[in-house]
Amino acid sequence: MSETPIIQVRQLTKTYRVGDVDVQALRGVDLEVARGEFIAVVGTSGSGKSTLFNILGGLTPPTSGSVHINGRDLSHMTNAERTNLRKDTVGFVFQKYNLLPTLSAEDNIKIVKYIGGHDTEFDAPFKEVLNLLGIADRLKHKPRALSGGQQQRVAIARAIVNRPAILLADEPTGNLDSQNSAAVLKLLKDLNERLGQTILMITHDDEAAAYSHRRVHMRDGQLL
Amino acid sequence: MILTLVGVSNGTLHESARRARGSGADILFRPPGTSALSSLSSSPMSDKLPALLANEPHVVLATGTMVQPLELFDTITGLDMDQFARMSGGFRFVQGGLPIQDTDLIVDEPYAREKHLQVGSTLNLISHQWRVSGIYEPGKLARICVKLGVLQDFTGNPHRLSQIYLKVDDPNHAQAVVDALRAKYPGYQIYTMEYFTSLLSVNSLGLLRNFTYVVIGIAMIVGFIVVFMAMYTAVLERTREIGILKAVGSSSGLILSMLMRETLLLAVLGTVLGILLTYFTQWLMLHVVPNSLVQETVYAWWPIAAGIAIVGALIGAIIPGIKAVRQDATEALSYE
Repeated sequence: MSETPIIQVRQLTKTYRVGDVDVQALRGVDLEVARGEFIAVVGTSGSGKSTLFNILGGLTPPTSGSVHINGRDLSHMTNAERTNLRKDTVGFVFQKYNLLPTLSAEDNIKIVKYIGGHDTEFDAPFKEVLNLLGIADRLKHKPRALSGGQQQRVAIARAIVNRPAILLADEPTGNLDSQNSAAVLKLLKDLNERLGQTILMITHDDEAAAYSHRRVHMRDGQLL
Repeated sequence: MILTLVGVSNGTLHESARRARGSGADILFRPPGTSALSSLSSSPMSDKLPALLANEPHVVLATGTMVQPLELFDTITGLDMDQFARMSGGFRFVQGGLPIQDTDLIVDEPYAREKHLQVGSTLNLISHQWRVSGIYEPGKLARICVKLGVLQDFTGNPHRLSQIYLKVDDPNHAQAVVDALRAKYPGYQIYTMEYFTSLLSVNSLGLLRNFTYVVIGIAMIVGFIVVFMAMYTAVLERTREIGILKAVGSSSGLILSMLMRETLLLAVLGTVLGILLTYFTQWLMLHVVPNSLVQETVYAWWPIAAGIAIVGALIGAIIPGIKAVRQDATEALSYE
């Protein structure tokens, strides 16, 4: 018997109300992602890929359909349950890094451990990850003292510090130059290969998608 | 702001009381139709009265003064210098001495400092040129004193007095003497000095009390709005940060609790800074306007001011805070 997919999406729809108009962002999406897979969802702006990202991360509820992450059904979860899911099950990497500007890099990572109810000290394996990410010597700096590439690597460290079942990355190289983009993508691939981290990356860039095991294309709220 | 206003109200009144006590008198005798705390702008009593009053039982000394209002809160006081010296123990001069010429005047040290006066300086008051003959330590009845007869003549009130100070043989007899005088001189406003100075407090002065309450009320409202708006804006600008915290799994309760703790700390630090600033304004008043305003430290108002700051800040923080945590995390994250 094959292993249950870590992400299982069935007939997912999402409709937004914009003024008096209903906008159908997702129109029946079906998707399965195996544990340890690195998948890229590729699509143009407005294709619905960010909406899919938000629903998979429990940031916003779906309109209909089912979404299972690591065996847990998101579609009927309350706001509080989705908040709990984000503590440990999902890690996020955003295009704009979204680090807290008043905290150091280290505290940006530790606050996620604190929120997740874990000991805030870094264990030896995580220190290895920090070395792999190349930010071990930049941890005392505030985000404004870090380059875009360094900030994104801190954001990656923050996303995986609680060992989430899946890592969701939304245009992680969207604000980076080509050199830093390549470095960040290589790191994601390394994390996937070394730690077996499941990664779902949203991108509009085919070059970035090439780092993944599999790519799926989205258009007009549907997977092609 | 609130602490400074309360401090100035209390300080200025207490300074007046201190000066009144500095006269050394036990009883204050005022003309009919005045109240204990009205300012004296006329001189309706005959200068024969002190001699009569001095013959009353237990009264050992009676001296009349004349008070002429100047601009704002200043007054010039005419005194019988010898009698006042016997009553109060005399002025303690830091420079110069008692008036010799008719147009000599003496001023207390804060007034001299504010007006930059030295012995020999001249100043124009009630349309006459005066020469400063002495500068004395504060706390003696008035800030500007001249010879009684001269002031009476210059203001067209010859032989008239504004009020009379009485000294009795034993201060314990003061109330009994007051009672006797009230029976003998009906209509005159007669008080023991102890009672008079006790009236010089914010709570006893109806008009000043109301004025102070209005000013303090406005200060409280303005202070509250300023703190509220500052926190409101600060938290609104952090909507994105709240979105980040939500995205990484913070519950609404945890975010609000962090916000409240931070706000509380800021409000307490702000209160401490505000209290320190009142010492600065005290210093400023002492050195810039020592004659007109005196600011006291009113400890009882510290917790009230702190309460206003803390409540204002907490309400200011909690409204945008609740708004932000109720928002969808994706909306909060897209806040610019």
